[in-house]
Amino acid sequence: MTQQHDYDSIPGTYVYDAERGRIGYALNMFCMSLNKAENRKAFKENAAAYLDRFTLTPEQRRTVLERDWLGMLKVGGNIYYTIKIAFCDGLTFQDVAGMMSGVPKETYAQMMLAGGRSPDGNRYKDADAAEDK
Amino acid sequence: MAKIVAGIACSHVPAIGVAMDKGQTATAYWAPLFNGYGPARDWLAKLAPDVAIIVYNDHANAFSLEIIPTFLIGVADRFPIADEGFGPRPVPPVQGHPELAWHLAESLILDEFDMTIGNEMPVDHGLTVPLSVTCGQPAAWPFKVIPICVNVVQYPPPTGARCFKLGQAIAKANERFPQELRVVIYGTGGMSHQLQGERAGLINRQFDTDFLDNLTKDPLSLTKISHTEYMREAGSEGVEMVMWHVMRGALAEDAAEVYRHYHVPASNTAAALMILDNRSAS
Repeated sequence: MTQQHDYDSIPGTYVYDAERGRIGYALNMFCMSLNKAENRKAFKENAAAYLDRFTLTPEQRRTVLERDWLGMLKVGGNIYYTIKIAFCDGLTFQDVAGMMSGVPKETYAQMMLAGGRSPDGNRYKDADAAEDK
Repeated sequence: MAKIVAGIACSHVPAIGVAMDKGQTATAYWAPLFNGYGPARDWLAKLAPDVAIIVYNDHANAFSLEIIPTFLIGVADRFPIADEGFGPRPVPPVQGHPELAWHLAESLILDEFDMTIGNEMPVDHGLTVPLSVTCGQPAAWPFKVIPICVNVVQYPPPTGARCFKLGQAIAKANERFPQELRVVIYGTGGMSHQLQGERAGLINRQFDTDFLDNLTKDPLSLTKISHTEYMREAGSEGVEMVMWHVMRGALAEDAAEVYRHYHVPASNTAAALMILDNRSAS
């Protein structure tokens, strides 16, 4: 059962709502464990073995091991949690944001310096039908 | 009584804290942001409040998804600095004000705001970055702090209207406190930003400017903005701005804007700092 929401029409956005909270719990709690230095060490030493401590789905496991940042959101990851994997890798929020939006790091950084991504044309998935309605 | 003398709206971008902790505030990237903080620090230092109520959200540090309080008040006398995944920020621990915090907790609950009470919790960048922004890098923070956490991580956060009413109840409770105290209240987070998905990096300067203008012109109109409108117009994480309404609700209607700074980008975010003087207000 998937409920419809008015925010479903926002493009490129994964609202961490009840449904994602339900499917993403174990994935996010694994990420939460990385707040402890000893866990970060264990994860860095052997990621696959560390993940065995958590009941992730095969797809959740794949997204973590492959650092598929966008994929993690689609299987219930919450960005404030998944970013902790990136911190383990020495990446920043901006590095991950660039990867999720599918552009090189430098391109993303330049976009931000130029004032960020414009809301124009980015408000609705079906831009022709609904933009600025 | 405890008198709320000022309201402060302040973004809490983690990278701002990192830039300060690593001594990078004078670089070409960061100087335009940090140059705008100086006058606000001077103003706040002159004001010399006794206590700051800081309304912020925890980012998977004090709390995880195990238990998600919608509104929480911290009543401890000391709040350690959280390890957010890369070690704790090298800033002083935060001293609480348990007497006022417990008074607020009791008053708010009896006033029908069902607060969760936090006796033991670390505080993350959501709280410490606004302290750093407005106080610089002192050996100890210059005032006591009462953390009020608002959930904005698990949808839905409380509505802007509800946050505004909580602010009104905080003001009323302060007035009934038996000791004389001068209090500032911070609303943190925002402004427009999106940290996730293909649409990451969204910034809406027009939305932000209108929002800042209306904090004095027509704050009640801002409380009617829906979560979907925040997310569509100001980015998925822009919904954090509901926390500013707690601050605004705690001030008088005619609180006066005395300082404004707005800069894009701070990492992925439109960073703002605004001070509202509540002293001459009716």
